[in-house]
Amino acid sequence: MGTMFARGLKRKSAEDGEDVEGGLAGAQAMPSYSLQRQSLLDMSLVKLQLCHMLVEPNLCRSVLIANTVRQIQEEMAQDGTWRVVAPQAAGRAPLDRLVSTDILCRSVREQEGERPGPDAGDGHTPDLVPGLATVPSAQALRSPQSSLWEVDSSRENRGGFQKSLDQIFETLENKTSGSVEELFADVDSPYYDLDAVLTGMVGSTQSGHGSGLQAFSSATAPPPSSSCRSDLGELDHAVEILVET
Amino acid sequence: MVLQPSERHHRDWSHRRLGPWCSPTGSPAPLSCETGCGEGSWILVCRLLVPTQVSLLSMEEDIDTRKINNSFLRDHSYATEADIISTVEFNHTGELLATGDKGGRVVIFQREQESKNQVHRRGEYNVYSTFQSHEPEFDYLKSLEIEEKINKIRWLPQQNAAYFLLSTNDKTVKLWKVSERDKRPEGYNLKDEEGRLRDPATITTLRVPVLRPMDLMVEATPRRVFANAHTYHINSISVNSDYETYMSADDLRINLWNFEITNQSFNIVDIKPANMEELTEVITAAEFHPHHCNSFVYSSSKGTIRLCDMRASALCDRHSKFFEEPEDPSNRSFFSEIISSISDVKFSHSGRYIMTRDYLTVKVWDLNMENRPIETYQVHDYLRSKLCSLYENDCIFDKFECVWNGSDSVIMTGSYNNFFRMFDRNTKRDVTLEASRENSKPRAILKPRKVCVGGKRRKDEISVDSLDFSKKILHTAWHPSENIIAVAATNNLYIFQDKVN
Repeated sequence: MGTMFARGLKRKSAEDGEDVEGGLAGAQAMPSYSLQRQSLLDMSLVKLQLCHMLVEPNLCRSVLIANTVRQIQEEMAQDGTWRVVAPQAAGRAPLDRLVSTDILCRSVREQEGERPGPDAGDGHTPDLVPGLATVPSAQALRSPQSSLWEVDSSRENRGGFQKSLDQIFETLENKTSGSVEELFADVDSPYYDLDAVLTGMVGSTQSGHGSGLQAFSSATAPPPSSSCRSDLGELDHAVEILVET
Repeated sequence: MVLQPSERHHRDWSHRRLGPWCSPTGSPAPLSCETGCGEGSWILVCRLLVPTQVSLLSMEEDIDTRKINNSFLRDHSYATEADIISTVEFNHTGELLATGDKGGRVVIFQREQESKNQVHRRGEYNVYSTFQSHEPEFDYLKSLEIEEKINKIRWLPQQNAAYFLLSTNDKTVKLWKVSERDKRPEGYNLKDEEGRLRDPATITTLRVPVLRPMDLMVEATPRRVFANAHTYHINSISVNSDYETYMSADDLRINLWNFEITNQSFNIVDIKPANMEELTEVITAAEFHPHHCNSFVYSSSKGTIRLCDMRASALCDRHSKFFEEPEDPSNRSFFSEIISSISDVKFSHSGRYIMTRDYLTVKVWDLNMENRPIETYQVHDYLRSKLCSLYENDCIFDKFECVWNGSDSVIMTGSYNNFFRMFDRNTKRDVTLEASRENSKPRAILKPRKVCVGGKRRKDEISVDSLDFSKKILHTAWHPSENIIAVAATNNLYIFQDKVN
């Protein structure tokens, strides 16, 4: 993992030409920012999906990525560019734009000159601090699926990397719920409502949970002093929960 | 950064021990005036390879463990991912050093005793005990694996001949007792020397068993298992100053335990929202105040620290103090929140300050001032322009730890490319050192390293683009009273000491 950036070259002038032709509404000045912001959004959504592996996902990482996605969505909603990414323009975007996006790393002051100006057509005054824009939630929080549909339409124009991206988007499509927030619904499966039961139940390991379960608990319950057989104790809990429900 | 020549450079303090702590505005600790952040002051004591599972058997046969520890010829390729060190902690005297790894093992090193014949060996650490603390588990209800990786180890203060430590993985905390046995009883009446029962008919006399010396054996036994209290992943454990209780913190909750009671714990902090879809902030670290057994702090992914008082209420959801630095609007980007997420929080030994580590900086806060830190140190600010790439390869989520030295005058934290940084709070000097195999000659003096940011790269400098981001120093430890540090680099444990020592 020696050198890992400087792969994406800045091609601002070329992008300008292309995208002005593509006619992004309300984004005359620096469309490269919008496209790179879009690619950051895509990257973030991919990361959220890749969380679901064999080991439980890192909740802190998921929360931080989700917050980043929300920020981008809020800003895009404010710009009025949320539904604007034209498939053609997106299709022309080179693949390695997903990689190094230095512009996004620049501070707001540098970006000010690049953002769409007040006369961009929607009468929007640029915020000094775009990420902190407070927009009513109903308006700001769109489903990431809407951006996915737009990206999907240009699928055939992209390279091999797109293949794995497609699989992930399909998984997202198949979800019944589309919003970012509901990604945490997975974390908070019904099992988690049992955590209160569990912590309360820990105290009743030895006493069992009703006489009907004595057969189970007496057979496998570890003696209170034997502290190393925690795995048996946990299995015990699992059995008790299943039988209980 | 201009280094001020120290007037007290030639003070001889080798006979002095560092005091427990001293105020930074008072007289500086010896480290700060002499060698802590100066050139050519830190030397390698030993590099320890955590013994792999394969070699563990042979190690038991090999009595001279020093041979293995100092054998720099060990083939690196045998190291597996299970050997990656995930936590390092000195005990309260500094005599023992514990490491936990991804494979669920704990390895304890003991300091070599001072001897007249081999004066220079003092300061070396050798393997004292190795045991499997946690095993991989499978959660049947969620169909997910529970990693056996040791997230944290915390020592209990020593109260008798045995040593006690807490070790935790994502879900379960265990109390381990490590004790020495150098005598064994001989001369039982009912059993023979191999332990087999004797035929009672053959017993004609009674004798009293006697204790005879035997080869020193160090054994570790699990004394308590604190399980089933955490839905989310445990990130911190902290022993209270009352030595009767400790806390364990996961992403959303903090529980208070009594050492004697394993089937119950008190929930003292709960930030889980009623609707998980509204979750925007998690707990990242927590620690008890070193002297006030009712106070503790916890940090969050939004860069805030809360000080809580357990006397105020049973559930400490309302903080006593709230520490947050106002955001610098000129530095705002999409990554601002991520890099503000605090990865570690540590009280100073004095209990007057807390230190926090976020992605790019280390900050020192005065408990009496909540609105901003009193000191901010840049660890690797040259990464600020590379945040997007670091987000892409997930490095931006790396959780670096930070530590105080014994006198609270120097702080240390890790970085990439096996670099680690020390900041002297009094002289404002800082140094970047590297834990690498190339510098692995014993007693080799560490050369300060420098990262070149601008265009022209000097001979010894390394450019930002050449940094190896797979080599990260996340875990370090500082001896409680001496200038000895332990630095974990993947599966290697480096011990460095100040050469004046």
